Amino acid sequence: MRLSTRPLWQLTINRFREFVREPEAVFWVFAFPVLLACALGLAFRSQGTPDVLVAVLRTGASASLARTLGAHQGLRVRELDRTEADVALRNGAIHLLVVPGEPLTYELDPSRPESRVGRFVVDDLLQAGAGRRSALAVADRLVTVPGSRYIDWVVPGLLGMNIMGTGMWSVAFSVVQARVRKLLKRLMATPMRRTDYLLSHMASRLIFLVLEVGLLLGFAVPVFGVPVHGSWLLLGVLCLLGAVTFSGLGLLVASRAQTVEGVSGLMNLVMVPMWVFSGVFFASENFPAMMQPFIALLPLTALNQALRGVMIDGAGAAALWPQVAILTTWTLVSFTAALQLFRWR
Amino acid sequence: MVASAGTHGGGPGGAAGPAAALRCVGLLKRYGDVLAVNGLDLEVQRGECFGLLGPNGAGKTTTIEILEGLSTPDAGQVEVLGLGWARDASRLRQRLGIQLQETQLNDKLTVAETLRMFRSFYAQGPSVDALIASVGLESKRDAWYSKLSGGQKQRLAVACALAGDPEVLFLDEPTTGLDPQSRRQLWDLLGQFKQRGRTILLTTHYMDEAQVLCDRVAIVDHGQVIAQGTPLELIASLGAEHIVEFALAEGRTMPAESILARLPGVRRASVDDARGTLIVAHLHEALPALLAAVAEADAFTLLTTHSATLEDVFVSLTGRQLRDG
Repeated sequence: MRLSTRPLWQLTINRFREFVREPEAVFWVFAFPVLLACALGLAFRSQGTPDVLVAVLRTGASASLARTLGAHQGLRVRELDRTEADVALRNGAIHLLVVPGEPLTYELDPSRPESRVGRFVVDDLLQAGAGRRSALAVADRLVTVPGSRYIDWVVPGLLGMNIMGTGMWSVAFSVVQARVRKLLKRLMATPMRRTDYLLSHMASRLIFLVLEVGLLLGFAVPVFGVPVHGSWLLLGVLCLLGAVTFSGLGLLVASRAQTVEGVSGLMNLVMVPMWVFSGVFFASENFPAMMQPFIALLPLTALNQALRGVMIDGAGAAALWPQVAILTTWTLVSFTAALQLFRWR
Repeated sequence: MVASAGTHGGGPGGAAGPAAALRCVGLLKRYGDVLAVNGLDLEVQRGECFGLLGPNGAGKTTTIEILEGLSTPDAGQVEVLGLGWARDASRLRQRLGIQLQETQLNDKLTVAETLRMFRSFYAQGPSVDALIASVGLESKRDAWYSKLSGGQKQRLAVACALAGDPEVLFLDEPTTGLDPQSRRQLWDLLGQFKQRGRTILLTTHYMDEAQVLCDRVAIVDHGQVIAQGTPLELIASLGAEHIVEFALAEGRTMPAESILARLPGVRRASVDDARGTLIVAHLHEALPALLAAVAEADAFTLLTTHSATLEDVFVSLTGRQLRDG
């Protein structure tokens, strides 16, 4: 039989056609992640130590003090009136306000790490300027860790999030829509094999995946210099495994839902916890230790860890077996369960 | 009862075998408290076009879906082409063509793309171009499903059902909601299919459709077959060929049912509010007698006669109009 007359091929290619004929879907899958990476890259593009933003309260003595501080690298200094200063402190436009006088006063919000750092930097400078000498001799050795920028860390997370989101949405949405339109029931009235139908969703996902991953990395690697220290092949295999895992989960979520609204709710129930816990925008180590074992078992956590392992740490396949095992298990469980639970009408 | 099978020959493979195309006995299907199908028996011969007739909610769709293997009966036996759904589902699927009442195909796939997909499910059948030509959609070959008219969508649905060159074609309300021209096109299409000796089972609540297309019909009500035969036999069972309907102006006295029934040439009479219906064997006797019975000719606000139809059969069997449900 020629490829073009095989049911699996026909189902897959039609699924693909349906998708690319939906301009909105194309935007969310392909353009949105790139725009997001672009925005995050611009916001966190600065390399090295971030500047400390300092203000000196405008008084008779403030000008010379501001000049002294402004001469130092790493400090951005300006003079502000009382009301301006209060507003700037409150909304984080300055980290520290220096009030000249006897004694000199630092005003800061101690819950902001930048403010506490700023206080010590400024204090150090002023004390040294007033003649204080260090009691202990110390030296700094500055180490620049490759891939240590936020953008280097967040791009693999965005990749993982995108693989999850589009995988689950495209599968679950089209399955439920076919159910609502009684198309599933119609297909059941043909000799079509049920596994062909389910597999076609996975297969069409793989076509999108190449485009989707290619576009995001094709943008982030040259534009922001995001590194891929490990093997590109391994990275590709991990993306593939992730895509299969999440289309399996998408099938499971869609296996019983009777309305598009119903499946949207279920999708959020499944995906929102992973957005929060699985380390997309901030490290999942921020959550309490007792939660860590559960977080580690989430499929998106495993995928993000594996992607970061390859891209940032240059890890090989051998080091990533726990993540691969977690993803494989999720795939098998969700696929088997989806086949059991799936409602065809 | 006239069995029209045999005269048409069998399906492909020369299978004018002993088994009927479709047979079900004592079919029972319950949805919650509702008994949708209540002990229904049916036998459809090969090469026959058989119509299930009845109002909405009579159990037609449930019955046809059980025969299609999409629904399992709570009790009763089903045989399709001599095979059973439990054992032979995958073989049967290759030999049946099915159109469902509420299916919407993919909006953004073209006619050709949709048919190519359906065709790929079947081991044998006509080419995609032949399918498109058979339903007259050549000019819409590359149009999206969402851009088709109601009649074109319905013809595409039938083309999908024909993709495997089926021996039996199931159609559930194929022309509901279509304009008269589209209905006629679809009837022609089904007529051609029938000419090739294939079997059709269709449900409809249009009497004219059943009269045009069907060799035999079964009238279904409350989940049971209440009458069965060729359209002509069923009409003949009324014992009369004409129906007289009349209504009187307000304030005029309607003659009693018993008086109307005893008028010459009248078989049966019924009176409902200000409206009377007579089932009449001899119109030339009955009409003058009716006029005489009402006395004042200007009392009539309505007086019509028509040849008896399946609709009248249904009304006389159930006392209800078909469309009322």
